[in-house]
Amino acid sequence: MKLIENVSRRGFLEGTLATGVFILGARLIPEPLWASEGEAAPAPLQPSLWMAIAPDGTVTIIAHRTEMGNGIKTSLPIVLADELGAAWSRVKVEQALGDPKYGDQETDTSHSVRDFFDLMRQTGAAGRLMLIRAAAAHWGVPAAECNTGEPHFVRHRRSGRKLGFGELAEAAAKQPVPSREELKLNPRSAWRYIGKENHHLYDLPDMIDGKAQYGIDQTVAGMVYAAVARPAVLGASVKSHDDTDALKVRGVKQTVVIETFKPPHGHQPMGGVAVIADNTWAAFQGRRKLKVEWDNGSHVGYNSEEFRKTATETARKPGQVIRNIGDVDAAFRNGGTILEAEYYTPHLAHVPMEPPVAVVDVRDGKAYCWAPTQDPQQLQKTLADLLGIKPENVICHVTLLGGGFGRKSFQDFVAEAAVLSQKLHKPVKIVWSREDDIRFCYYHPSAAMYLKAAVGRDGKPSAWLQRSVFQGSASMTDAEVLYPGQDEIDNGWTDVPFDIPNHRAESGPARANVRIGWVRSVTNIFHAFGVQSFADELAHAAEKDPVQYQLALIGPDRKIDFTGTKYQNYGASLDQFPYDTARLKRVIEIAAEKSGWGKRSTALGKGSGLGIAAHRSFLTYVATVVEVEVDSRGQVHIPNVWTAVDAGTVVSPDNVRYQFEGAAVFAASLALFGEITATDGAVHQSNFHNYRIAGMNRAPRHVEVHIVESEAPPAGVGEPGVPPFAPALCNAVFAATGKRVRELPLSKTKLV
Amino acid sequence: MIRFKVNGQEKAFDGDPDMPLLWYLRDVAGLTGTKFGCGMALCGACTVHRNGAAIRSCSTPMKALGGSEITTIEGIAPMHPVQAAWMEIRVPQCGYCQSGQIMQAIALLKKNKNPSDEEIDTAMSGNLCRCGTYQRIRAAIHQAAKHQAAKHPGAKETA
Repeated sequence: MKLIENVSRRGFLEGTLATGVFILGARLIPEPLWASEGEAAPAPLQPSLWMAIAPDGTVTIIAHRTEMGNGIKTSLPIVLADELGAAWSRVKVEQALGDPKYGDQETDTSHSVRDFFDLMRQTGAAGRLMLIRAAAAHWGVPAAECNTGEPHFVRHRRSGRKLGFGELAEAAAKQPVPSREELKLNPRSAWRYIGKENHHLYDLPDMIDGKAQYGIDQTVAGMVYAAVARPAVLGASVKSHDDTDALKVRGVKQTVVIETFKPPHGHQPMGGVAVIADNTWAAFQGRRKLKVEWDNGSHVGYNSEEFRKTATETARKPGQVIRNIGDVDAAFRNGGTILEAEYYTPHLAHVPMEPPVAVVDVRDGKAYCWAPTQDPQQLQKTLADLLGIKPENVICHVTLLGGGFGRKSFQDFVAEAAVLSQKLHKPVKIVWSREDDIRFCYYHPSAAMYLKAAVGRDGKPSAWLQRSVFQGSASMTDAEVLYPGQDEIDNGWTDVPFDIPNHRAESGPARANVRIGWVRSVTNIFHAFGVQSFADELAHAAEKDPVQYQLALIGPDRKIDFTGTKYQNYGASLDQFPYDTARLKRVIEIAAEKSGWGKRSTALGKGSGLGIAAHRSFLTYVATVVEVEVDSRGQVHIPNVWTAVDAGTVVSPDNVRYQFEGAAVFAASLALFGEITATDGAVHQSNFHNYRIAGMNRAPRHVEVHIVESEAPPAGVGEPGVPPFAPALCNAVFAATGKRVRELPLSKTKLV
Repeated sequence: MIRFKVNGQEKAFDGDPDMPLLWYLRDVAGLTGTKFGCGMALCGACTVHRNGAAIRSCSTPMKALGGSEITTIEGIAPMHPVQAAWMEIRVPQCGYCQSGQIMQAIALLKKNKNPSDEEIDTAMSGNLCRCGTYQRIRAAIHQAAKHQAAKHPGAKETA
């Protein structure tokens, strides 16, 4: 099968692409992605990833993945533009509709560049070769004498003649599509944009003058606004409701009951009573006046504090073995100093600054959606199931996202708008308040971890046991599920990289009583906290420098052997993306060096300290040093953070640095304040006063990011900055105060 | 009837006097550059200017607006020095909170031509950003202060 095909004369292209005369599609060979495990089979091979050149020279490139601050709407198109020889200033990026023809569009787990880098290059290179051949034919010269040294032109070296891409577009479209063997990708030395310092961000101008269009900015003629009173307890349904007072609110038109989902909840609406109004405020006000009585189901018994106790107990008992090396039990019997620690992290909410919001217009057997979704194809499936139509009849316009962090991988909020639009025969805009967002989240699991080591005279462990207990997200589709999915237990748990002769990783059972979903960096958040805190505890117990101790713990340079495990390696092959301990040690050394580790730690005053943590996630190696100052009131300030990153080949160094700067702030919020609690099935937190995120005064003040130059294939950058931050922070707190933090958020530990 | 100005244009409103300015701007006036984040003046995404000072439009009812001059992000002349600095330093990630950040920063620089780091922190800490763009916001405010000083070399500094 041809990798790339010329579709210039096909009649089914939408939007701007239809104005192009030279259009290339590329065939995507879908890789099995761990995130889609258990879901529908991969999309059939279909043309995807379109680009077009118009007669005026405008190059349009389709962004098929979601922009939410990750920079992907720039990163992948700029790779194509680079190989094509295009001038970025002449490129227009158009957001794709949700459609399986684009291959995978689920924008999470930090794999957009990893999965599509090669294909974007090949598509660009094919276009470049066809443009060159068209020009060569026009001039009657060998194609080998022509190049795209000047952006957006093909030039004949010997004669100096040149033709613009726009002038060549029509002729290029008539050229045969090159075979894969004919494609010559630019050498790294010829890259104009990839790996170069620039500040490109496609929507930047619109973002600074208020014109950028997010989900919340969408309007459709004739639409009504909805706010939904949802049951505080998962699975509860409306017993009765009285809307007398709600209907008296100016602008409120009517109320509509939304049925509660039949378990498992998946992406379905939670149920409740919707207030329909002619503006958002009226809908909110009407909802406040509603009186609703609920029928609570079994989840009313959920108390997060009880869960903490139960999960902590569970973690003390043997569980399912995930990875086993040597004989841990025998090694523990053989003595050495035994060290044990228990760690706990609570539920978290994503709280993107733009809450869940959607506009849906169901008419004529189709559903037209405008939504800030991380997963437009899941949106299509969800709405198709709910409305009884085909997925291809769900037309999903993906807007810019005002942050996602995993929340907008779930489609429940779009589903609410769809159900209401179907009932009302009108377009419906649904806006979640911040209270809705926090109280009806898909919460990050709360996790109890138990770690135990037998340590010899040299301070190194001869045996290491680790158990993790948390609610799995498979509870979305199987309400009875007790153990996490393989991918969830893998992240930072199966792949602990230490060189220990007896090592066992286990997973224990836990039942979900709230909706479970992933926050940025998934289970790595708590696994890195447990493992990297415990490593620091061992270092201090051995009276060793934590950096040197960690390097010794990782041991010799090697590719980690996962034989005997079901390790999924983020859906990537271990041949292409081995777990390379040399790369992990390298980032530790760089972070230590850049922070002035050693010299700086001794120079810091009372109440200050440095901590380090290192973690590989999403195939990227990261080490972070955090400096803290604990003031006389016990408040933690973070003046400096140094992070070293090896993400393989990097498309945009500036964007990579920025993802890690941002991850430090995001992770600081989680570590300092992040906690969702529930009593009788209902979540307590509701807005930023009781679910705090760091403002400028509490966030890390200065974050320095160092990128390791690498020609390894590109790995993830959106999420991997988060996991090492919390343990590095808490290790720094220990260095500063002698207080070991074993439970997050940090605000639970009295430091003075 | 409540009379006021938005971005220099005369406006009149006879709807729910308790409606916050935010929802008037977004749902009635169609000025969507001002964003909703919390509804409780906790995040600053909805920051606009009333008579030149930064306010949280989500918690300012329409009935309090009589005679006010409101300026939103749409009313800031492109390219305001603060916007120019935001471009140069590439401040936005998702961009959602940035209208509010920019409005807050402009109000700060109006009062304080050359704020210190601490003064910036104090003025900006109520404007939350989940992407974590604070470091670049701080740098951009310093940059904008420099731009403004270069434009108006005689301007007296207050810090």
